[in-house]
Amino acid sequence: MKVPTMAEMVAEGKTPEVLFWVGCAGSYDDRAKKITKAFVKLLNKANVDFAVLGTEESCTGDPAKRAGNEFLFQMQAMTNIEVLNSYEVKKIVTACPHCFNTLKNEYPDLGGNYQVLHHTEFLKTLLDEGRLTVEGGSFKGQRITFHDPCYLGRANDIYEAPRDLLRKLEVELIEMKRCKSEGLCCGAGGAQMFKDSEKGDKEIFVERTEDAMEVNPSIIATGCPFCNTMITDGVKNKEKEGEIKVLDIAEIIASAEDL
Amino acid sequence: MHFIPNILFAILLVVGVGFFVKNVKKIIRNIKLGKDLDRSDNSSERWKNMINIALGQSKMVRRPVSGILHIIVYAGFIIINIEVIEIIIDGLLGTHRVFAFAGGLYDFLIGSFEILAFLVLISVVIFWIRRMILKIPRFWNKEMTSWPKNDALNILYFEMVLMSLFLIMNAADFNLQQLGADHYIEAGSFPISKYIAGWLPQSEGALIFIERSAWWIHVIGIFIFLNYLYYSKHLHILLAFPNTYYANLKPKGELDNLQSVTNEVKMMLDPNADPFAAPAETDNDAEPEKFGASDATDLTWVQLMNAYTCTECGRCTSVCPANQTGKELSPRAIMMKTRDRIEEIGRNIDKNGSFIEDNKTLLDTISNEEIWACTSCNACVDACPVNIDPLSIIIDLRRYLVMEKSDAPQELNMTMTNIENNGAPWQYNQMDRLNWKDE
Repeated sequence: MKVPTMAEMVAEGKTPEVLFWVGCAGSYDDRAKKITKAFVKLLNKANVDFAVLGTEESCTGDPAKRAGNEFLFQMQAMTNIEVLNSYEVKKIVTACPHCFNTLKNEYPDLGGNYQVLHHTEFLKTLLDEGRLTVEGGSFKGQRITFHDPCYLGRANDIYEAPRDLLRKLEVELIEMKRCKSEGLCCGAGGAQMFKDSEKGDKEIFVERTEDAMEVNPSIIATGCPFCNTMITDGVKNKEKEGEIKVLDIAEIIASAEDL
Repeated sequence: MHFIPNILFAILLVVGVGFFVKNVKKIIRNIKLGKDLDRSDNSSERWKNMINIALGQSKMVRRPVSGILHIIVYAGFIIINIEVIEIIIDGLLGTHRVFAFAGGLYDFLIGSFEILAFLVLISVVIFWIRRMILKIPRFWNKEMTSWPKNDALNILYFEMVLMSLFLIMNAADFNLQQLGADHYIEAGSFPISKYIAGWLPQSEGALIFIERSAWWIHVIGIFIFLNYLYYSKHLHILLAFPNTYYANLKPKGELDNLQSVTNEVKMMLDPNADPFAAPAETDNDAEPEKFGASDATDLTWVQLMNAYTCTECGRCTSVCPANQTGKELSPRAIMMKTRDRIEEIGRNIDKNGSFIEDNKTLLDTISNEEIWACTSCNACVDACPVNIDPLSIIIDLRRYLVMEKSDAPQELNMTMTNIENNGAPWQYNQMDRLNWKDE
């Protein structure tokens, strides 16, 4: 797989068009790594001149900030900003809405000013510019529902880019009763991903999976590695993993293209 | 003797308004106990928000039933208040229907007020049914203890009584006009009250008694309602306007940057910084700034205004993923407890001249369990019809717990240690970050 790093690019005297911020989940989590690879395949197919930071990348600090540890967040942010600025990065794409939100909204105050795109936005631009073409393939006509990640939707008002991509695949896009700005959280945000939930009578991811199951999808599409983990757990909890797949939009497009 | 009612009314007006103004000043003082926050930017966008969200009720109608009923009550409240101007002038001058000279327009206005009053009455009755018969869950969450419940009902009863008195007063007036009674000039149209008129006694004396009684009780009721506002959760009728004006305009996902932390982190990361150097400006008396919030006065004035604005409708709590799955957290309760605490601090100041330490904090009433149940999903912020931001308070409380008390859940402490040591929330080596490429 062709994945150039920034350091390699600079050594060759090249400046990539865009930096792919992989994120911690995308780098280490077995499920999320598949999303990372699917996205890289699409980038390569569209001949996008990209690079990753590789071992120079570090947590954006999102979970620390949401857990109230502003010190740790700012340490992470300033270290990352120093690396990004040293490479004169202008444009960043990421498949994680948490990284996306932090890089886009919380880095500018600390001296990191970049154009930051979620991978669904970036893929949509590639399609609009004709750099990437997709056909529905095996997904044509399939019932797919999209779970809005909070940090993409409510946090940044991005609802249409992922849906536009699904429409391009000619899938049967069905909406859950609670969707877009009223979408229910998967339960992972605000650093909940890294702790047990507080005492209650139900897990949030089960509640959200029930929302999705109500509309009978064959695929629950997401745009966030954490949502993916949570909803996958929910589907397992309901013993529906044989019938319902949980996939990232990048995975759906890559597999539609047989990549 | 002839002027006694006028004088009584003038006294009532001065006392009623004066007492209210005194309490409003208290609220302003209490809000100013919050920390500074500059929200003077983007005034055109702020005006637009205020006009759309507060005046135009755009977020209310996301729930169409309560939204439309609320618009009726709100429109009734504002429009019928035009009539209150006439009531005040009549009361002061001893005139009757002083605007009657407007002729056809006056008839139209009084007719519209009546129809509105009737619609308000119906809406308020439906509100009561939603609360007490349909028992819509958000009115029965556990923070809705006896006072918040009664407070909401009191408001509904007030409106029912005021609207009924308004219509009865007009009905008696209508009869008196028909009888050609002295002083009761023929003016106004009475599309609703003419149906009530038939039920009233027909003797002039009894009608005058009813008309005057309804007029006085209505006017006294308005002043009582005005002054009840301060003690109730109902201040949103005023504060919704500044609250939407000063609301956050940035993307909801963006949490504010703590500048005090930035300065320290810059020092830590600067290889040229002398760790033993004395700070440039030393103010020995100044307490080092507290990180995050443990008490209401650690919050910003906007957050405190949020607390006063909250009318406890519970839309936030009804969309909160934590609350829906049985967790302790309720965003509405966060706002209610913040308001209770700043009120307590305000009373302390009233009593002692300045704040005397009472060894209480906001964290006495907001538990760690509530604070750590939040997923920061922003559903509460999005749902609030007047742009209250409970999430910002939860984050400030977390900041205090973590940075001042090191009191985070154990798993989060591990997560943060991992981030610090490996640059990832899990225990993986940063050098393995690109391994996925070859797997």
